[in-house]
Amino acid sequence: MAEKTNETILSQNVGGSSKPTSPNSDAASEFTSLWNYSPAPESSDYITFSERYDHFINGKWMSPEKGRYMTTYNPATEEKLADFAEGTSADVDRAVQAAQKAYEKTWSKLTGRERSKYIFRLARMIQEKARELAIIESMDGGKPIRESRDVDVPLAAAHFFYYAGWADKLDYAFPGRKAQPLGVCGQIIPWNFPLLMLAWKIAPALATGNTVVLKPAETTPLTALKFAEICMAAGLPDGVVNIVTGAGQTGAAIVNHPDVNKIAFTGSTEVGKIIQKSLAGTGKKYTLELGGKGANIIFEDASVDQAVEGVINAIFFNQGHVCCAGSRLLVQEGISDRLITKLKSRMETLIVGDPLDKNTDIGAINSRTQYDRILNYLDIGKDEGAELYQASCSLPEKGYFCKPTLFTGVSQSNRIVQEEIFGPILTIQTFRTPEEAIEKANNSPYGLASGVWSDKGSKVFSIGQKVRSGVMWANTYNKFDPTSPFGGYKESGLGREGGLHGLYDYVNLKPD
Amino acid sequence: MPDRIEVLKTYKTFIGGKFPRSESDRTYAVTDLKGNLIANACRCTRKDVRDAVVSARSSFDGWLSRSAYNRGQIIYRIAEILEGRKNQFIAELEHAGFKTKNSVKEVETAIDRLIYYAGWTDKLSQVFGTVNPVASSHFNFSVPEPMGIVAIIAPDETPFLSLVSLVAPIIAGGNTCVILASEKNPLPAVSFAEVLHASDVPAGIVNLLTGYRDEMVDSLTSHMDVNAILNGLTDKKIMKLTDENASINIKRVYHYSAENWLDNIHESPYIIQQFLEIKTTWHPVSV
Repeated sequence: MAEKTNETILSQNVGGSSKPTSPNSDAASEFTSLWNYSPAPESSDYITFSERYDHFINGKWMSPEKGRYMTTYNPATEEKLADFAEGTSADVDRAVQAAQKAYEKTWSKLTGRERSKYIFRLARMIQEKARELAIIESMDGGKPIRESRDVDVPLAAAHFFYYAGWADKLDYAFPGRKAQPLGVCGQIIPWNFPLLMLAWKIAPALATGNTVVLKPAETTPLTALKFAEICMAAGLPDGVVNIVTGAGQTGAAIVNHPDVNKIAFTGSTEVGKIIQKSLAGTGKKYTLELGGKGANIIFEDASVDQAVEGVINAIFFNQGHVCCAGSRLLVQEGISDRLITKLKSRMETLIVGDPLDKNTDIGAINSRTQYDRILNYLDIGKDEGAELYQASCSLPEKGYFCKPTLFTGVSQSNRIVQEEIFGPILTIQTFRTPEEAIEKANNSPYGLASGVWSDKGSKVFSIGQKVRSGVMWANTYNKFDPTSPFGGYKESGLGREGGLHGLYDYVNLKPD
Repeated sequence: MPDRIEVLKTYKTFIGGKFPRSESDRTYAVTDLKGNLIANACRCTRKDVRDAVVSARSSFDGWLSRSAYNRGQIIYRIAEILEGRKNQFIAELEHAGFKTKNSVKEVETAIDRLIYYAGWTDKLSQVFGTVNPVASSHFNFSVPEPMGIVAIIAPDETPFLSLVSLVAPIIAGGNTCVILASEKNPLPAVSFAEVLHASDVPAGIVNLLTGYRDEMVDSLTSHMDVNAILNGLTDKKIMKLTDENASINIKRVYHYSAENWLDNIHESPYIIQQFLEIKTTWHPVSV
């Protein structure tokens, strides 16, 4: 596709075929040459963490039975942050036993009201420790401090606050049914939103009266271990929350433990399928929150400037390490040239670099493994004949960084269109009719989230009904809230987290 | 010699609103409780399974786009037609060896259960949907939508009522389905398909296969275009197999069995709810 200059776009609009949404909306935006930001690093001086972390089991730190430890690195500097225990099935067994004992002896004996007060405490203490948690999250996972400070940590606290209130109100959640807890919940969370995913898992489980064994991801265990300190400080009864660290083997030990009553997993569809298969015939409950390849559909009658901002947020938020990322842009033909030009211009303004810098838009890729995976997909895209465009920003010399990238000239069957990349890589396809947009959007094994941009309300609702995904962001993207259920259709997983619907998967419903 | 020679019925399958024989051209003997031959039923294979799934998929969008009100009326219509043919079903159950009193109760309960579910179609989103008070300036709401194609494995006990109890919540929720009828007692299921055909149920919403489960369960539950499984059997082997096959494409599985299908506890919106997806929509609120 031929590159168009801003002049040609301006002159096209003189005819009035498409109306600018603001007086300056089509003016050339040469931000990069005009703006230079001075570094504004968030101070991490007062952040302390141990050199070595053990498992948090039964309210205490417990060294791993086999004595093996793993290491977590700062992906922005490649420097070591801390060692943490590598959980074996013996460690998992101790944690499950502690959780079971806590379930039988303390947690199930408490009234909903008392349970709720503990969970409120956790919410409040996360708020108190918010800045510290945000900095650690950015150091451990590479996400920009702006996001960990303004999104991850406040939302994590909000989740605890929201579910705390449900603990003594469950009789109002399920008409005609009495909710009973399941027992011990095994929970395995990913590295893209470590503390937030912990909150999504632990808050509803505790509110419904269950106890928990949680395993954070092996590249981002630190905020979960900090959360263990919060549990101790909050006086949460021993064994109600247990945190076992480790990699896939540790997760498998949780999934396969016979005394775990429910598994909640967030991660890749590939691993989700393995988990679902290994749970076959066990009768255990499970929820899976898996991959996605979100279609972000932009119609000609959308507000183009807002849509450009939406596209940026949809794919570059958290380095694109977002299961619900809007990684497939579908743009209506009539505005595609104009939108892509604006998008490229906007991409030039994105600041890629130090996650702890308050100006940073795109931080570090979470790990070497993920970095290699993304680079591999860039090669795949080029091999498939797609046209690659990257912002011209410079990248730090150390650490794993990836330029914001888009691919044009892709077709529906391309791997970069069908497979989840989990990085700041956007594919762009065009469409002519709403039917074509729906067809392309739904032509995917995934169905987690999607976006639609149009100023016509009836069109927004119509597309929203026909696209098969668990979340539909209309004229917005990547918004989250504890009251709002989240989860996928098809191979994006099963069950919902958040909101009233998030309670269902943590209870057995008995007739009144 | 009887005055009149009885006309025997050929029991066929029900796919896409038509009554084809099995692609295999094979049948198997269906016997009554004492082991006497009653009829031959189609012995379907994985090819019939594939045809049935194609039919269920192609009719899904149409069923989804019907209003909840319309779906309710259609399910009510099934009950109406069934009421008129009540005696046929009672006779069929008696013929299979079930006691008259039980057969009457079974058919009447099935009719009433259809009416129960007919009334749910336009209440589901009010009971299972929510408007969510998000902290940001957005209007946010969650509504239930059907999951898609559901594979139903029907049990042998109370063969007519158990079938209706499993199918009604599935179609009330807006799904389409492929049913493996009871292996031992498939005949009421085939006759039920004739009732569906005579009602206003669009072609392909309900597809019904008869035959040996061993020859169909695997291919049906591993089919990539099936979204969910409702298993009415307690057989551990089949439960494990369906669970494993589900993991190929993250199918939702619900094992639901009953000791006594006559009990009203087996009609519930929470059965429908197992086959609903929740979709949450966000829209900014601003001028």
